[in-house]
Amino acid sequence: MKATIRIKRFNPEVDRRPYWAEYEVPVDPFDRVLDALHYIKANLDGSLALRRSCAHGICGSDAMLINGRNRLACKVLIKDLGPRITVEPLRGLRVIKDLVVDMEPFFEKYRQVMPWLITDEPPPPQERRQTPEERARYEDTTKCILCAVCTTACPIFWGTGEFLGPAALVAAHRFIFDSRDQAAQQRLQILADRSGVFKCRTVFNCTEACPQGIEITKAIQELKQAIILSRT
Amino acid sequence: MAVHEFDAVIVGAGGAGLYAAMELSRQADLRVAVISKLYPTRSHTGAAQGGIGAALGNMEEDHWEWHMFDTVKGGDYLVDQDAAEILAREAIETVYDLEHLGLPFDRTPDGRIAQRRFGGHTHHFGQGPVRRACHAADRTGHMILQTLYQQCLRQNVRFFNEFQVLDLLVEDGAACGVVAWEILTGELHTFHARAVMFATGGWGRIYKVTSNAHTLTGDGAAICWRRGIPLEDMEFYQFHPTGIYRLGILMSEAARGEGAVLRNRYGERFMERYSPTLLDLAPRDIIARAMITEIREGRGIDGKDYLHLDFTHLPRQLLEEKLPDITSFARIYLGIDPATQPVPVQPTAHYAMGGIPTDVWGRVVLDEKNTVLPGLYAAGECACVSVHGANRLGTNSLVDILVFGRRAGRDMVRYLREAERVPLRHNPDSDAREQMERLLRSEGKEKVAVLRQELAENMMEYCGIFRDEAGLRKMLEILGDLRERYRRIRLDDRGRIFNQDLLEAWELGCLLDVAEATVRSALHRTESRGAHMREDYPKRDDENWLKHTLLYRKPDGTFEFRYKPVVITRFQPQARTY
Ligand SMILES: Cc1cc2nc3c(=O)[nH]c(=O)nc-3n(C[C@H](O)[C@H](O)[C@H](O)COP(=O)(O)OP(=O)(O)OC[C@H]3O[C@@H](n4cnc5c(N)ncnc54)[C@H](O)[C@@H]3O)c2cc1C
Ligand code: SF4
Ligand code: FES
Repeated sequence: MKATIRIKRFNPEVDRRPYWAEYEVPVDPFDRVLDALHYIKANLDGSLALRRSCAHGICGSDAMLINGRNRLACKVLIKDLGPRITVEPLRGLRVIKDLVVDMEPFFEKYRQVMPWLITDEPPPPQERRQTPEERARYEDTTKCILCAVCTTACPIFWGTGEFLGPAALVAAHRFIFDSRDQAAQQRLQILADRSGVFKCRTVFNCTEACPQGIEITKAIQELKQAIILSRT
Repeated sequence: MAVHEFDAVIVGAGGAGLYAAMELSRQADLRVAVISKLYPTRSHTGAAQGGIGAALGNMEEDHWEWHMFDTVKGGDYLVDQDAAEILAREAIETVYDLEHLGLPFDRTPDGRIAQRRFGGHTHHFGQGPVRRACHAADRTGHMILQTLYQQCLRQNVRFFNEFQVLDLLVEDGAACGVVAWEILTGELHTFHARAVMFATGGWGRIYKVTSNAHTLTGDGAAICWRRGIPLEDMEFYQFHPTGIYRLGILMSEAARGEGAVLRNRYGERFMERYSPTLLDLAPRDIIARAMITEIREGRGIDGKDYLHLDFTHLPRQLLEEKLPDITSFARIYLGIDPATQPVPVQPTAHYAMGGIPTDVWGRVVLDEKNTVLPGLYAAGECACVSVHGANRLGTNSLVDILVFGRRAGRDMVRYLREAERVPLRHNPDSDAREQMERLLRSEGKEKVAVLRQELAENMMEYCGIFRDEAGLRKMLEILGDLRERYRRIRLDDRGRIFNQDLLEAWELGCLLDVAEATVRSALHRTESRGAHMREDYPKRDDENWLKHTLLYRKPDGTFEFRYKPVVITRFQPQARTY
């Protein structure tokens, strides 16, 4: 079968503004959108730029707007979209070229929440003990692949560049609820700030979009609660 | 021309590169840079699923000696046993170290690190399977990569993300830096350093069906080869038994560790015939060959070229808790629920056992006498210590990248305490610049993507699981033709900013080089051992071939083979049965 792929193109070296280009691509229903994009690069226009690496949804490179929704091009199949597909870069981050956006502001927010384990105690010679229940407490938020789908689906992030955004909050959650970590208070303080967790208006865009199925909104609510409880 | 000064530069931000960077960054006075063509969390270490092997003995009795034995036997006795001993011993402290750094391992009810079975892991030197693979669901590699990246951020490691390294600088016999292309701007950067480490990962993309990312194109190995460093044991390339049919996406060996079994078109559990003791948990080379044999003899599903991986007898809860990612791969890419339907699988190109030769401190060596090239290090999949010999056991790559990444980091600290800075020559980036300009300006008609595909298809056909002289000679001819056509390519994109077309063209040059090394080495070794199965020489031949291959490409374009003895300490070669 054939699919028509419309791509929002932009090459700052030649274009003054973005434009739409259309490509006819032979596809199998079980092909990924990424396969169709690769077909275009290989056969129709080698200048198309997009990030990708693993091609099966675990590296987080190829997040883009597909038929109006933020998704990983390697994790959505043609059969689930039909023969007309539109592809655009993520919103809310500067476009560098075609589907490639500037990820630095995204990673900058990630770094702000101190996403690393912090403890004062010298480690024991073997493992620290952690029960399966304690482990389960933060399992969901360890799954994040930093694809930026959630943060760039969030209207509050578009509205103000200040908001940490869901991905950074997910990273904070992962450590705050890890029984081995001792810096929860410090992180909660960062999150309690103006640009932090209370900017979230529970729109659920992030949760709907997350390709890892992380319950982001729930995690954010847990963070809000933790801040409120730590104040009283 | 931008020139950056560092004490050490590390090329690659997977498990091996990040562990080394973390070690180096503990020294406050050393300036360390990590250069990566991908954002670090996108390195392929994040794709590793099943687990990391270490004889913790948390679930049942286990000892590092058993782990070492399994590694040596699994590698068909081509493993250097001094290195295997280090691997098995240091695996234990490395896993504890990861836990201390925050890695969220799955836990036993009493809070220890949980462990499961994996292919070729045995107790009492081969008596039966043992639980040795430490895991975090089926995304162990993801957790390792995240944890190490986080610790590097904490320690303020300098990252140069989306910088593609193109060349290695060597002056006065010592490594003194690299040249890199900044993908965003198309600018060349020279990194001047006293020590350089390559941790650039594998090259599964020389094959058509592969578990490897699009970006695994063998850059580091090719760069070193071009600078006169030999490549070791390139003929040993591993096919993992269970890639999703046609796509190659991996169904981790953890699946079989948790009880899934392979079946042919008659529903027969055919591994009973090939490996009576370990069955579906035999080492990968043995299973992959068994699968191809089944397919060739007409017992593939519907007589086609795939088999079934059957989970249907396992509880749904186990799939969801212990194998959630691969369950979801089957659902997404095949529309199959593995709890009720078997998954179509075929062997998929997976792992390079060979690579840049190093000693047990990650120092790159130039010959059979282990002569070190001062200041140059390599670790991870691009390197060959050799702990995997002719066939790698599951979970041993994660051990390898971390144990030897860490040792390389430590030795670099030692080296940097005494090494002088070697001055750069005039225009150190001229070779890299010339390569890129030539590709940009090339006025032919050939398409990079087409050449890349032809390479991958032919490698699958002529240099895959089974090889013979005729096929390998044919492949050399094809390589010659592809090289010729590579000189006549034409790019669609001739700009500077994020020119992926150009980068893929450059990567194709690397793919051609590592494919050439693989084919030449495979043609040269007239025996069968581990993953290298010569149909015209079906027996292992210890008398002539119990040695490592070193393949050099000389400046005049000819090739030279040399040999390195295998280090044997505890375990004498025996027949390999499971
Ligand atoms: C699907 C899959 C599942 C696996 N599961 C397991 C498992 O369960 N257990 C196990 O032990 N092993 C497993 N492996 C193998 C293991 O994951 C890899 O061998 C290992 O992660 C390689 O790590 P590395 O640090 O050597 O390189 P990688 O993680 O591949 O990183 C390579 C790095 O080099 C960089 N790079 C490459 N070329 C350049 C260049 N020219 N310039 C700049 N940077 C460059 C990349 O950006 C990247 O950062 C699996 C592999 C795959 C593919
Ligand atoms: S939380 Fe989900 S959507 Fe957001 S960055 Fe992580 S994986 Fe992507
Ligand atoms: S390419 Fe890795 S997530 Fe899509």
